[in-house]
This record gives sequence, C-alpha cells and structure tokens, in this order.
Amino acid sequence: MEKIFQKLSLSSASLVFVLLIGIFITLYTAAKPAIDEFGFDFVTNPDWNKEVSLNPTSLNPTSLTDTVVDMEEDSLDGEIIDEDDMEIADEDDDAILDEDEDDMMLDDEDDAVTKTIYGGLVPIIGTLLTTLIALAFALPIAMGIAVFLAEIAPKNIANVVGIAIELLAAIPSIIFGMWGLYYFAPIISDLFGGYQVSLLTAGLVLGVMVLPFMAAITRDSMNTTPNVLKESAYALGATKFEVIKDIIFPFSKVGIIGSIILALGRALGETMAVAFLIGSIFVLPQKITDPTISIPVAMANNFGEASGLGESALFYLALILFIISFAIISIAKFYFLKKAN
Amino acid sequence: MRLLINKIFLSLSVLSALIGLAFLAWILITLFIKGLGSFHFGLFLNDLIDGGLRNLIIGQFILAGLASIIGIPLGMAAGIYIQEYGQGRYANIIRDLSDIMMSAPSIVIGAFVYAVVVVPTGGTSGFAGAIALAIMMIPVVINTTDNMLSLVPRELREAGIALGASKYKVIIDIVIKAAKVGIMTGILLAFARIIGETAPLLFTSETSNYFSLNLTESFPSLTVSIYDLANEPEEASRDLAWAASFILTVLVLIINLSGRFITRNKK
Repeated sequence: MEKIFQKLSLSSASLVFVLLIGIFITLYTAAKPAIDEFGFDFVTNPDWNKEVSLNPTSLNPTSLTDTVVDMEEDSLDGEIIDEDDMEIADEDDDAILDEDEDDMMLDDEDDAVTKTIYGGLVPIIGTLLTTLIALAFALPIAMGIAVFLAEIAPKNIANVVGIAIELLAAIPSIIFGMWGLYYFAPIISDLFGGYQVSLLTAGLVLGVMVLPFMAAITRDSMNTTPNVLKESAYALGATKFEVIKDIIFPFSKVGIIGSIILALGRALGETMAVAFLIGSIFVLPQKITDPTISIPVAMANNFGEASGLGESALFYLALILFIISFAIISIAKFYFLKKAN
Repeated sequence: MRLLINKIFLSLSVLSALIGLAFLAWILITLFIKGLGSFHFGLFLNDLIDGGLRNLIIGQFILAGLASIIGIPLGMAAGIYIQEYGQGRYANIIRDLSDIMMSAPSIVIGAFVYAVVVVPTGGTSGFAGAIALAIMMIPVVINTTDNMLSLVPRELREAGIALGASKYKVIIDIVIKAAKVGIMTGILLAFARIIGETAPLLFTSETSNYFSLNLTESFPSLTVSIYDLANEPEEASRDLAWAASFILTVLVLIINLSGRFITRNKK
C-alpha cells in the first residue's frame, strides 16, 4: 500500500514533466510543415495567407489576389470610419467574408501557379507592442498600489483594498474584453483619436488586467524588507518617501523586477481581452491607434477554420509564443524571484 | 521641500490605489447595470436556442467539475510527492516546471489539447474541454498543496511515525488533515479561475446551443458562448452576453470570496 501510494504520487509529479515536454513536442510536430516551408523568414514576413505566384512570367494570379486583398482592406477601413459605434459587428462580418474569400482562393490553388504564404511578423509585433503598452500603463499604478498597501494604508484599510485588488484579478478575462470594447475603448478613442479597436485600447485593457497581479507580487516583495532597516531610517529623520526610495526599493528591487517580468509573461499570452479590442486584422500598424492582431488572437480567430499549411502556421505561432513565455517566466522565477528570497 | 516631495509621493500612491479601485468599481457597475437590465429568471429555464442560458451554465459547471475531478487528485498527489517524498533535484525541477506551467498561455494549452485529443478523436468534445481545463488546474493545485504541506510542522509527522504509522498513513491522516483548510482554499481559487476560462475551450469543447450531457460532442460552454454572442450584431444577442457575463462574474466572485472566508474563519 505504501509502495502504491508513493508510486502514484511520483507518477503524478512526473506528469507535469511529461505534459510540458508533450506540449513542446506536439506544437513542434504540428508546426513542422510550416517550419519546413517558411523557416525563420516566417518571423520577418508580414504577409499572412497571401497568394504569391510561383511562376514569375504569369503575373495575373498575383495581381488579381492583390487587388482582392486591397479591396477588402479598403472596405474595412471605410466601414470603420462610417459607423464608429457599429464597427465591431461590421468587422466580424468582414472577418467572415475574409474567410469565405480565402476559401475561394484556396480552391483556386488547384491551378498550381500560386501558393499561399504565411508570415508571422504582424501577430508577433502586435503581441509585443500590446504587452509593452500594458506594462507602461500598469507599472506606475501597480507600484503606487503596492506602496499604498505595504507602507501607507492602515492595516484594516490595506486588507480591504488588498482583497478588492485581488478580486479585480479574479474577474474572467472575457469580461475585461466586453467592458473594454463597449465602455473603455470609446473613451480612449475620444481622447487619442483613431479607431476604437486598436493597439492602444488593447494594450491599456491588458494593462488593467495585469495591474492587480503586478501590485500583489510587488507588495509581497516590499513586505520582505526587515522592519529594523525601516525603523533605523525613520529614526534618522527620513520621510516616508525617502524610506521607500532609499531603503525598501533597493532592498526589494530584485523581487520587483521579477514581478514585472512575470506580469509580462502573463500579458503576452492573454487571449480573450485582447481578442475583443485589437481589431483582428493582419495589417502592420502604422500608428498606435491602428488595429492589428496578436498571436493568441490570431489563434483564437483562425484556428477553427484553418487547415493544412494555415493550421500549421498557427501552430508555428503557438510554438513561438510558448517558447517566448517559457523563457520569460523562467528568467523571472529562477533569476529574480529566487534571488529575492 | 523634502516634506513636500513626500506629500506628493504619498498622494500619488493613494491616487493609484484609487485608480485600481475605480477600475474594479467601473467593471462591476457596468456588469450590474447591463447584466441586471437583461437578467430574468427565464434565463435559467431555457436553453440558448430559446434565448436562455440554462444549458450553458450547466455545461460550464460540468466542464469545470470534470476538470476538477481529473486535476485535483493528480495535482494533490504531485504536491504530496514534491513535499513529502521527493528528495533533492527531481522534486525541485518538478516544482519549478509546475510554476512555469501555471503561467503558460492558456490558448497554447488549448492548441495542445486540440492536437492530441480533438484531432485524433475526430472533433471537438466535452472531454477535450475538460482535459484542457484540467491541465490549467493541475499546476495551481500542485502549488497550493506544496505550500500548505510545507506549513505543517515536522513534529506532527514525527509523532505519527513514532506511533508506528506507515508514511502514507501519516500523510493522509495527519499531514493532509492539518493542511486541509489551506488546500481547500487553493482548490476553490483554482476552480474559480478555470470556470471563467475561455481560451482553452475555444477549439476543444467549443459550445452548443442545445442542452447536452454527451461529452463526446461539442459541449455547451458559457464563456465561449459569451464570446460568440458579444460579437453578434444584434442587440438582443449582446444583451444576452451581458446577462451571461453578469452571472459568470457573480459566480466567480462568490467562489473566490468563499474560498477566502474559509481560511479567515479558520484562523
């Protein structure tokens, strides 16, 4: 009995190992056709689901599909400007249209003069930029909240505010998406101009989402500062600001950086909130208020319809996202947070 | 001057706490106004096909419940291994990997389950959705179990062993009992987290307009349906999405808070 119990717990523990390796291998295998086809150029290629001519002399198919793509973009832009409040619905319709036409293009592929190419640059850029915006927005506020909870507020107020902040973290991400789309984005686009669905609004809502997470870990790091250090500084006549700046911050610096990186890892993989707000079009953004797409959103919106090389390309994106977030979380956990303890 | 800087800094800090609270209040008030506006008890009696949410709510609970049935024993057993049996390196590696998995992008886990379950079995199914949620849940349960068991004093274990109990008896009857409340809180928080998940379900369980208990086909999911409904052009669909979001958030917050209250009362 003892033996069985021990074996069971050992195999459950090993399951974690198997799962992680399994995820990696599965993603790699599923992405293999796309990796073979596009190699590392995938990362720098901005065209997604675009047909190119294999035979340079027959230019017709390329120019044809190009105009189709252009027309789609034009109509999409036009509608966004025309009907500001209805844009989401419109865009979704367009997305469906997009897919229909893509399917038609795929059918045309039988002619064998064109092939469809996939490049991951747009979603990769979109993911990185939304994450950066989220961090830039959340960082100062999260630090403020952490200082408030750890140093300023009386104990009972800190408790209540602490629970409230953690409840913010518990709200499902899809709720952030809906609220962001219908209530937050209109205000942002009034303030900064541009579209309601854009890098900026997606990044800001993402910032609100990682805010409580970042604040909680930062507060925990700050709380590890020994009271003796703080009290000696106060005894020397330091103000609260000086104690925080010169004692607590240097002491918990490593832990705070760890918490920021961990929040970064979270923001990279967030799907639902961003899916509502980023616009979901494979176009490189020219301005911060332009719509674009991120890796998780590209997967969420296209996975169901994709097949063959398209699906493989999505797995390629998933693999890239998995490796990036794995690396970032490892750095945060094993370098910064370990050192902090 | 120093005092002035101090004042400004402290006000900024209070201000950021207020901003955080304002966002929470804004989201909750929006949910209450929009959600309650389209809320009626008929939602609990009809399925989505008739404009209700009954099948979705039940479906979401079944998915999350099944995920818990898979995930809790596995996670707890793994946590017990790390804390009680594991020696040195291997246990530490598992602990670190489980920490990493806790922050893995949920959509990637969805894609993984799609490749290993949905594709071989020929289509989306309730099982696939539950497995995806279980994978999300396992590292959280491991983490809680690990942390809570580490708080149990060594003397308790030694006393048990001294009485001649075998190690697994000590673990089950003494260590787990001592850490019960903490572990339960962690499990409730983990449950609250997975019941609100959308991304891992998008292409594993999908959703369904009809009531279904058949786990081998597309399974009704509240969160996935919210996503679909919110993107529909009709006002009625969006109202339904708001009502569903309201119900979902209330559920999640109640589970989350009750988890916290268990620990508080015990302490």
